[in-house]
Amino acid sequence: MASLAPTQQAVAEVRTFDLSRQPLRELNQFLHGSLGGTKKVRVLNPNGAHSIAAGVNAPVEIEIDGHAGYYAAGMNQHASVLIRGNAGPGVAEGMTSGRVHVKGFASVSAGAAAHGGLLVIEGDASLRCGISMKGIDIVVGGSVGDFSAFMAQAGRLLVCGDAGDALGDSLYEAVIYVRGKVKSLGADAQEQPMKDEDYRAVAALLADAGLEHDARQFRRVASKRELYHWNADANQEY
Amino acid sequence: MCGIVGLLVKKPELREQLGELMLPMLVGMTERGPDSAGMAVFTSPVADDRRKLSLYSGAGEFDWPAFESAACETLGTETVLSVQANHGVLETAAPVAASRQWIRARYPGLHILSAGQCIDLYKDVGAPAEVARRYDFRALQGTHLVGHTRMATESAVTPDRAHPFTAGEDWCLVHNGSLSNPYQIRRKLEPLGIDFETDNDTEAACRYFEWRMREGDDLETAVRSGFEELDGFYTFLMGTRDELALVRDAFACKPAIVAESDDYVAISSEFRSLAQLPDIRNARIFEPVPEEIYVWRA
Repeated sequence: MASLAPTQQAVAEVRTFDLSRQPLRELNQFLHGSLGGTKKVRVLNPNGAHSIAAGVNAPVEIEIDGHAGYYAAGMNQHASVLIRGNAGPGVAEGMTSGRVHVKGFASVSAGAAAHGGLLVIEGDASLRCGISMKGIDIVVGGSVGDFSAFMAQAGRLLVCGDAGDALGDSLYEAVIYVRGKVKSLGADAQEQPMKDEDYRAVAALLADAGLEHDARQFRRVASKRELYHWNADANQEY
Repeated sequence: MCGIVGLLVKKPELREQLGELMLPMLVGMTERGPDSAGMAVFTSPVADDRRKLSLYSGAGEFDWPAFESAACETLGTETVLSVQANHGVLETAAPVAASRQWIRARYPGLHILSAGQCIDLYKDVGAPAEVARRYDFRALQGTHLVGHTRMATESAVTPDRAHPFTAGEDWCLVHNGSLSNPYQIRRKLEPLGIDFETDNDTEAACRYFEWRMREGDDLETAVRSGFEELDGFYTFLMGTRDELALVRDAFACKPAIVAESDDYVAISSEFRSLAQLPDIRNARIFEPVPEEIYVWRA
């Protein structure tokens, strides 16, 4: 039996779950358990299943080999999740720490309401990317859809492509950096001059995400802070 | 919540496999729509002077042979009927209006699901896999199809409120979402002589678009006018005799995903029901953007 020890060690450090043969619950229950020294988990044939690796609370590396459905890596803490495919609605929603990296595109509400960590989407993100974000950093290699960063409270959204309508509507203190065209800004969002600290922030976010762009090509969008105070004279028009 | 599926095969040799390719797609959308399912399949057309009608007899016993004899007597001797469970396809040289009128008068319990030269339509209550078995969806052949799994929100769970809905000839629509002004649409259409069969919100959209096209709009113009007229959430998938069309409302709350290869265009609410398609790894996969009208020709 002693001769099997090295193999067992290897098996324990990298675990593979094939969702075409194992139920999703088996994977998620394993990820929610003690992990028993596992450093890396590979997920094969995700085939768009919902809630893959949701609610993980451990510094484990997770590789999803294909497309994920709703809420992949939702509520993530500490884990580093790589999706080698596209992500469905609500990827990394409610994340507090760690990293989620999507190689393809992401559907609506990517990084919604997330408090921390880094979400990287190499392709496009659909509508409402970063809605109500509360501290997460989101880097999108492509473009984002309408209403992105709606009511975003804290954190940074960096968009290498274009942004749709109503970007940053009702922004609080989150900051948006955008490289391409903005179809329209939302209420209370305004373009502001880039300062040195903004260029440094953009360069650092791009480096973290592994994307190569010139930080000088980005513009800053942040809150005018006019909606912070009720203005009876505005006649409900902002 | 509901599930939509659509499939259009690009190569004639794949038409025989249409049902088989689609079946995992429909069953894959069971969680989104466990209470009813339906399928419109577009086949090669019957002769120019003929039409076919899909008929549904309901839960009780129905004397199909007697119905066929009566149909031959009234609608012409070249009328033929094929029956599968409580579903029949009547093919006849009589005009659709005459057939409809006769069936409604003589067999008020018989539901006319569709009419046209290409469309066959099946819909019923029950889990999608069960409905598919009941009507042998696996054996369906044709150029393209439009399917639906229903989780009812806006009207009761009955076969006639299941999707697809049809209006006119060779036209159908399935819907994921909910409309908030279906009665406004009804009040607009009913004075024009357009009858409704259910209180379902989707039926309003289906009849609205069909009316627009009858008034001369092409499909895209009709659907575009819906951006102003239809209030609510929707992903609509629509079928005509030679097209599949897809549109999502401005807020795109209701999902859709498309996979396109040299062999097929497959549409679903979620990727998980496309995952079993052949060579899906090499298909081009994209999420349709809001208020863009996607049309694929068979």
